[in-house]
Amino acid sequence: MNATISFDSVLHVVLALVGVAVFVGLNGLLLVYAERKVAGFIQRRPGPYEVGPQGILQAVADALKLIGKQLVRPDRADPLLFWMAPVLAFFPVLLLFLPIPFSPLLTGWDVNLGLLLILAFAGFNVLALLLAGWGSNNKYGLLGAARAVAQSVAYEIPLLLAVLAIAFQEGTLSLSAIVGGQGGMPWQWNIAVQPLAFLIFFVSALGETNRAPFDLPEAESELTAGFHTEYSGMGFGMFFLAEYANMIVACSVCTVLFLGGWKGPFLDGAWWFLAKVYGLLLSMMWFRWTYPRVRFDQLLNLNWRWLLPLGVLNLLATAFVMKL
Amino acid sequence: MASIFRTIADLWSLVVGLGITGKEFCKPGVTVHYPRAEVTPEAAASFRGPIELIGLDKDPAKPKCIACMLCVSACPSNCITVTRAPTPKPTPEELKAMAEAEARGEKPKKPAPPKAPGTWAYDFSLCSLCGSCVEACPVDSIGFSHDIYMVGTKREDFVFDQLARLARKAAARKPEPKPAAKAAPEAATAPAAPVAAPSEPGTATPASEA
Repeated sequence: MNATISFDSVLHVVLALVGVAVFVGLNGLLLVYAERKVAGFIQRRPGPYEVGPQGILQAVADALKLIGKQLVRPDRADPLLFWMAPVLAFFPVLLLFLPIPFSPLLTGWDVNLGLLLILAFAGFNVLALLLAGWGSNNKYGLLGAARAVAQSVAYEIPLLLAVLAIAFQEGTLSLSAIVGGQGGMPWQWNIAVQPLAFLIFFVSALGETNRAPFDLPEAESELTAGFHTEYSGMGFGMFFLAEYANMIVACSVCTVLFLGGWKGPFLDGAWWFLAKVYGLLLSMMWFRWTYPRVRFDQLLNLNWRWLLPLGVLNLLATAFVMKL
Repeated sequence: MASIFRTIADLWSLVVGLGITGKEFCKPGVTVHYPRAEVTPEAAASFRGPIELIGLDKDPAKPKCIACMLCVSACPSNCITVTRAPTPKPTPEELKAMAEAEARGEKPKKPAPPKAPGTWAYDFSLCSLCGSCVEACPVDSIGFSHDIYMVGTKREDFVFDQLARLARKAAARKPEPKPAAKAAPEAATAPAAPVAAPSEPGTATPASEA
């Protein structure tokens, strides 16, 4: 990394952050709509239908409603922690988009430790959930926060092991270089070489982003809404946006690591990247409306007894093959 | 070791689950956009409306009910009131036969009460649509109606005389006697226009009568 930071590079990063904020905001709307439509179609309902043609403005109406609502803090909640949590949940996520190469030209900040940056700042999400649960002074919130911490800490390890296998193989932590190491055809992608790592990564990503079937921190039937029980209006909106932004990041990193990033069989570019990311997001939604929520012991069993040993074995095998 | 392989083999069930939801995703929706689209009888068939009596196959105006009172005791909300049909007065011939039997020192054969309900009142305002009566009925004389348009403005609108309702329904289904009755809406609160469809709430038996 260049030690001197010029005005140009700072401007570049700031502009990239603004672009990312717009991208995340628009995608939040799009994904909420897509999620509800997918849920509807799987259950053979129409999903959102009334606001705008085919209900496409439903997400906009919901967003306006969330923005317009009064911010309410429970009487005995910790004011600082309570308001810090949604901010801390949302803003670090924007940073995660910076090193992601949407296309060779469209990269916010092509830093050679991009993978490390993403993994480091992704950890903020856990802290935000913990603060939210603790600061709300609510038993459901606290239970949800405790679950979130146990789950995220556990699932981070196999996630890292899967990422490490790719980093070993490519010999770099730069996301652009990892994409560069893969070819355009599907059999030249890393998923062909590392299918197990892909599986571990994707399952762990579901756990990290608290998506069903691992959505225990906000299990409605058990914990009302878990860590965000006491949040309404934009407090809730920030958590919501952060969840979807985290999903996009997880799918983007998955695309970069395993699916050849912006490379495709023909006409390389951002469209390939976006198509793969949305494909993964769609499958995440598909999983959510297919699988029932796991129990907490099942969640941890899956992690510690399956993903972790498999991840270690996969990493060892990768290191062995690389050494040869 | 075997359990490990079994777990891995069981992963296939995840794919099966995805296949099921994926197939459902591709099928057209079943929701009826009600005010804009008409609810088809097939769509309404799954609707569990207020219970109704089911008529005999031969005579749809008469219920299959044998007045056994099982539904009355099965109902957790006491919304069903059934009374037996009165025992018919013996005809002069029967009276004569009875008197003769008594004269011979035999036990006179009295006419038995008919196995049919005299009144069959149902208070929908108490009903929770649990279906216990439907399950309890030994002759399958109770079923859920599929009337999705039922409305009422008074509490009395929801106390139904099911016998009258059944008779009216049978009359409405029969095209011959009264063509006007065919068009009579099935809703219990419908204005009592045709002769074959007397206004139900008025003729309903109050629950207290029994």
